[in-house]
Amino acid sequence: MNALATYALRLGDDSLILGQRLSEWCGHAPALEVDLSLANVALDQIGQATHFLALAGELEGRGRDADALAFRRDVMDFTNCLLVEQPNGDFAQTIARQFLFSHYQELLFAALAASKHERFAAIAAKAVKEVKYHATLASDWVVRLGDGTEESKQHMIAGLDWMWRFADEMFAMDAVDAAALEAGVGIDKAALKPAWNQRIDLVLADATLERPASRRPVLGGRRGHHSEHLGHLLSELQFLQRAYPGATW
Amino acid sequence: MKDWPLWEVFVRGKGGLSHRHVGSVHAADPKMAIEHARDAYTRRMEGVSLWVVPSAQITASDPGDAAALFEPAEDKVYRHPTFYSIPDHIKHI
Repeated sequence: MNALATYALRLGDDSLILGQRLSEWCGHAPALEVDLSLANVALDQIGQATHFLALAGELEGRGRDADALAFRRDVMDFTNCLLVEQPNGDFAQTIARQFLFSHYQELLFAALAASKHERFAAIAAKAVKEVKYHATLASDWVVRLGDGTEESKQHMIAGLDWMWRFADEMFAMDAVDAAALEAGVGIDKAALKPAWNQRIDLVLADATLERPASRRPVLGGRRGHHSEHLGHLLSELQFLQRAYPGATW
Repeated sequence: MKDWPLWEVFVRGKGGLSHRHVGSVHAADPKMAIEHARDAYTRRMEGVSLWVVPSAQITASDPGDAAALFEPAEDKVYRHPTFYSIPDHIKHI
């Protein structure tokens, strides 16, 4: 795949995998209203994935559409960051993942909406409104759980602690990112980090939570080096198209 | 979460219309109530504005008083503004 196709693929994979993860909550959330909230966020992410994966297929030019890319790739061909494939854990852990990712995604899409590439810009401009709500929703929950009861606080701390080591990968730039940036299509993700830090710190302060200690970041998702969790996720996501290739309904 | 209070949800369909009662949600605080109302009741472009009100803050008329409250109006048709003709293009009156 060429650099721009890969760039679109990564954006699509992030949204697809997070959407699939969130949809696992459907019917299991702590309250009916929360069930709907998480399902709405999941559907927004799946919608973004559909657009970015379709674009990736077109830029690749080998006749693969969004479905082919979502359902007929093996785990090492997925390019999502490791954060989004992390297991849901308890509700606080899910919120921690959403909180770290949605603030990144909002900054990312806000910048990408100014891309020279019309398609990238259009998808980002639509998605940034969705993601702004996700970031608010997740932040509100971080504050509620962090500044809630002693028990909810411990869960929030544990959730953030689990997810924190995967945050740096979101901002990592490699050859694909550099090529997309050079072409005026992609954005400088590393440059988003200070604004992201500021947003995260504001919410953590509001939630009376300490910023988790820095530790060695875990990288590799963009190159297909995933945790064991992704394979299990894909076995569920891809089951139907694997068992009944081309099935439609 | 079982002890989350109930909130009544009102949605304004579009500018110029009144907020209308659409249902209720459970939520721990006003902000959460707005978010839950948004997620439960505006998923299909139903509205442009939301109100949430703690259900406990609503005072309702006593159904037992219905006869005294409402029936006296039944024979006072002269209170209906039927003498005015309403132009066809006025939809919400």
